[in-house]
Amino acid sequence: MNTEIDFAGIKMKNPVTVASGTFGYGREFAEFYDLSKLGAVITKGTSLKPRNGNRPSRVCETPAGMLNSIGLQNPGVEYFAQNDLPFLRKFDTKIIVNACGNTIEDYVELCRILNNLEIDAVELNLSCPNVCAGCMAFGTTYEGVKEVTSAVRKVLDKPLIVKLTPNVTDITLTAKGAEDAGADGISAINTLLGMKIDIEKRKPVLANNTGGLSGPAIKPVAVRMVYQIAKAVKIPVMGLGGIVNGDDAVEFMLAGAKAVSIGAGNFIDPYVAPKTIEGIEDYLERHNINDVNDIIGKVEMN
Amino acid sequence: MPKMQLQAKLVNIEQLKNDIFKFSVEAKEIVKISKPGQFIEIRVTDQVEPFLRRPISIYNMDKENGILEFIFQVKGKGTEILSKKQVGDLVDIIGPLGYGTFDYSKYQNLAIIGGGIGIFPLYELAKEAKNNNKNVNTYLGFRNKEFVVLEKEFEEVSDELCLATDDGSYGKNGFAINFLKEDIEKGKIDSIYACGPLPMLRAVKDLAVQNNIPCQVSLEERMGCGIGVCLGCSVKVAKSPIDNPQYVGVCKAGPVFDATYVDF
Repeated sequence: MNTEIDFAGIKMKNPVTVASGTFGYGREFAEFYDLSKLGAVITKGTSLKPRNGNRPSRVCETPAGMLNSIGLQNPGVEYFAQNDLPFLRKFDTKIIVNACGNTIEDYVELCRILNNLEIDAVELNLSCPNVCAGCMAFGTTYEGVKEVTSAVRKVLDKPLIVKLTPNVTDITLTAKGAEDAGADGISAINTLLGMKIDIEKRKPVLANNTGGLSGPAIKPVAVRMVYQIAKAVKIPVMGLGGIVNGDDAVEFMLAGAKAVSIGAGNFIDPYVAPKTIEGIEDYLERHNINDVNDIIGKVEMN
Repeated sequence: MPKMQLQAKLVNIEQLKNDIFKFSVEAKEIVKISKPGQFIEIRVTDQVEPFLRRPISIYNMDKENGILEFIFQVKGKGTEILSKKQVGDLVDIIGPLGYGTFDYSKYQNLAIIGGGIGIFPLYELAKEAKNNNKNVNTYLGFRNKEFVVLEKEFEEVSDELCLATDDGSYGKNGFAINFLKEDIEKGKIDSIYACGPLPMLRAVKDLAVQNNIPCQVSLEERMGCGIGVCLGCSVKVAKSPIDNPQYVGVCKAGPVFDATYVDF
């Protein structure tokens, strides 16, 4: 059975990755399993300079999911290059760095540095809902996505994936912005902007008032958007949003995702990613399919 | 420090109060390496609702028999489901968690102070310290007689136990910290370990700072993952500048901190 895929020029041993912000830089999960099992690891959102993140409370549980407003706390690209990258390189898996910034200049400078590191690809984060400047500010229009992606494309030779926000009217427009600017792949979706109110205190639970919703609660929205994007662009799509097992992953792949990424699911079961890989293999076996590539986009619409 | 996921068999349930349960589970691998102050994360269902694991402090480690005990109050959906488990059921736990643990090794005359349901992680500390020939002075505060739990258990692991209720309906009358203060003035205490409601922890910290006594506190914060990746359960580093506040994770750097290291 073949589970290998070529996602945007990244040769992955299987289609399963772990989503930015839910896996740190891999160290904590390496205590549970060999990261070489994964198709790729997508790092915590990393910026040019260290970021301290938002004030707490930063997370809360919601029906079949959670809200977060971490605010891209990370040690910065230099620290990553010196401390975390050598650790990740010990594993036989692809390393994709999620890159975030406040300004176009930030993104460009960051990607210039990333281009010289031993990583396999960059995932451009144009979709974090929890920081005022940057990210989602660029990510909600065709022009915005195209502008940042084009600027980054000029300095980045490695595969470039653009991660899109679902907080838009028509996600195919931003997907096209990425494609037209020369991106090699799309990942979708980031979190949906949400809010939870403590009715006793009459205040939002999160200190930042709003946060990004993730978990199985958002899966149907994500599957629909992945389907739309896959129809609208020629570059491959990495699907994510609420995946907690192989069946969920297959659903995304049928919708058109070439690869999948597991986010909040990592919080409830540290082994969810390897189990998802096994789940996909079980599905292929049950359906006598020899190559995982044969299920991509194979949903038959009513 | 390694951590692991176990399907731990529930071997005993004790209902301490209407809404407070003590669970004993077989978790040899975890208790073997756990330290006082650490916690576990429990998944109460194999479904996705409720979604997140529940962080619960370790109450007692029976290292000889490989039994881990934790006590929880039913507060919401998750703990409600957990409380319905029966002896023989499996409990999905990850542990031991937290790198910040109680460290009393350099001191001899310990004050262990807890309030309400915050007293649970202090039992293992008192027990271990007493086994290591420390002088253990324990101060437990409860709202009133109805809320008093584990008196006998703490008595057994303390050289002196001071139990107080806010309204004087049981034990001594007043806040537990008042009695700690008296003992500090008598020169009986050289280190303090605290867990409980925030106002109590803040008062204990102030008392410790005034008297120049080292103090550790165990903190709570809403958690996402509990293993240090989501950066959700952050607490501010006290000395970081106001316009550039820095944070550390309660689940990773804590849950036990030097009281002056973080703002709470």
